[in-house]
Amino acid sequence: MSFNVNLVRKEFPVLDQKINKNDLVYFDNAATTQKPKSVINRINDYYSFENSNIHRGAHYLSQKATEAYEAARVKTQKFLNAKHSHEIVFTRGTTDAINLVASSFSKKYLKKNDEVIISSMEHHSNIVPWQIACEDTGAKLMVVPMNNNGELIIEEYQKIISEKTKIVAITHVSNSLGTINPVKEIIRIAHKNDIPVLIDGAQSAPHLKIDVQDIDCDFFCMSAHKMYGPMGTGVLYGKEEWLEKIPPYQGGGEMIKEVSFDKTTYNELPYKFEAGTPNVAGVLGFEAAINFIDQTGIENIANHENMLLDYAIKELKNFSNIKFIGLAKDRASLVSFVFDNIHPYDVGTILDKLGIALRTGHHCAQPVMDFFNIPGTVRASFSVYNTIDEIDVFINALHKTREMLA
Amino acid sequence: MSIKEKEQEIISEFEMFEDWLDKYNYIIELGKSVPEINPEYKEKQYLIKGCQSQVWLHAKMENGKVFFTADSDALITKGIVSLLIRVLSGQKPDDIINAELDFIEKIGLKEHLSPTRSNGLVNMIKQIKLYALAFKSKQ
Ligand SMILES: Cc1ncc(COP(=O)(O)O)c(C=O)c1O
Repeated sequence: MSFNVNLVRKEFPVLDQKINKNDLVYFDNAATTQKPKSVINRINDYYSFENSNIHRGAHYLSQKATEAYEAARVKTQKFLNAKHSHEIVFTRGTTDAINLVASSFSKKYLKKNDEVIISSMEHHSNIVPWQIACEDTGAKLMVVPMNNNGELIIEEYQKIISEKTKIVAITHVSNSLGTINPVKEIIRIAHKNDIPVLIDGAQSAPHLKIDVQDIDCDFFCMSAHKMYGPMGTGVLYGKEEWLEKIPPYQGGGEMIKEVSFDKTTYNELPYKFEAGTPNVAGVLGFEAAINFIDQTGIENIANHENMLLDYAIKELKNFSNIKFIGLAKDRASLVSFVFDNIHPYDVGTILDKLGIALRTGHHCAQPVMDFFNIPGTVRASFSVYNTIDEIDVFINALHKTREMLA
Repeated sequence: MSIKEKEQEIISEFEMFEDWLDKYNYIIELGKSVPEINPEYKEKQYLIKGCQSQVWLHAKMENGKVFFTADSDALITKGIVSLLIRVLSGQKPDDIINAELDFIEKIGLKEHLSPTRSNGLVNMIKQIKLYALAFKSKQ
């Protein structure tokens, strides 16, 4: 299918506005992407014509809403190429999904002196839940180090992994460095030792074709809002075997089969992990977002974003005193950098005035900033609707910013 | 000059700027020209950490008035810090505690005091008032 960025842009109403009299240039896509009309309309339609609680009423609207919700689950299953639709659990987002696994898995499988492996480039959302689990159980958190290019050192990982290791939790793509980690290899090594692996897919699912059976992860987490869908919705994929084995996370309606004051029997998958009324509108909006990705073509999206990334890096290299943070060979569509003697906060403030929306700071990955000994970076992250022209505007704005701050 | 008078003085200065560019150029200049804080105060105990930028703040009491010096690692933060110091340093503890500091909003820099910016400024103002309170109770 042919790809035309100008047509794509028309689908995103938010892009058509001025900030401080400048056309908005939105380069904060790693934080959250904008939403196409199809997603906005889907949510609007749901509340306008279909709203009803699911799995509960026998009436017409309830049944329709339930069917739509379950169809979205099947759509998500196909999107990830999961084996079963009951391996798809809807959550509030990646953070919620990781907390679910960290909490439920640790209740049953973590004890004193066991070890959990994460990496040195994790988002706080894939650090803190494991720290809590370790504190609760007396297990130890082990960290796979990276090199100066921002690539994980696999030999070190192989040294850390042992019979004490109970689970490995690693990000697929780093949100602060852009590094794409070799998750297939990481998983293969863990599986040789019969250790399950959770992949934080918050930054990979928007950019790469994900096949959970091919990479063979045991858990995969993602957020709808980073892939053109609404906020407050996310996915935990878990292999059937693991979702069966770990205990429920939260208690409430929907997740139970029978309740008496003596004993409660839990519902089957995936409902066991979906306590309470779910975010139905969010899930349907997410389904529309998957349709948008499918119709645009994930390869087209990836090619376009890679083209933008290459162009941005080429242009940024012309600046003197620029230092790129993260130079991995395999990169997804973001670039992080600092200037000698210019604070990222100052850069971000002036760029904002010039209509450029991007992120400065530590990107919820403070250990990464500590590793590079910097207070933060300037991060530009690209999406399917961004253009070469916007990068030119951004580069000009950066020149101006540097002049002002010099 | 009272706190209110100093605030008014700054508001008048900022009225001369035609656009945000002039304004920020001025703030950046201020940031560059703030007298350096005594290096011995650029220590952890004087540090106010923000997620984005950080501020160092030192206070002392002389003749019933509180004097502040401060610094920041980011220029724009430092420029705004210098405005706050200009208004609040050399004032009586009670006046500092009661200062509303609405000049920040009037000169169009309120966004820098939003907690989400997390640049250390909000906590700096809190800390300034805490110092004033502490000096007051010692009086
Ligand atoms: C790598 C990574 N993991 C986890 C998260 C958390 O996602 P959410 O806030 O949607 O739960 C993010 C979001 O910034 C991320 O980039």
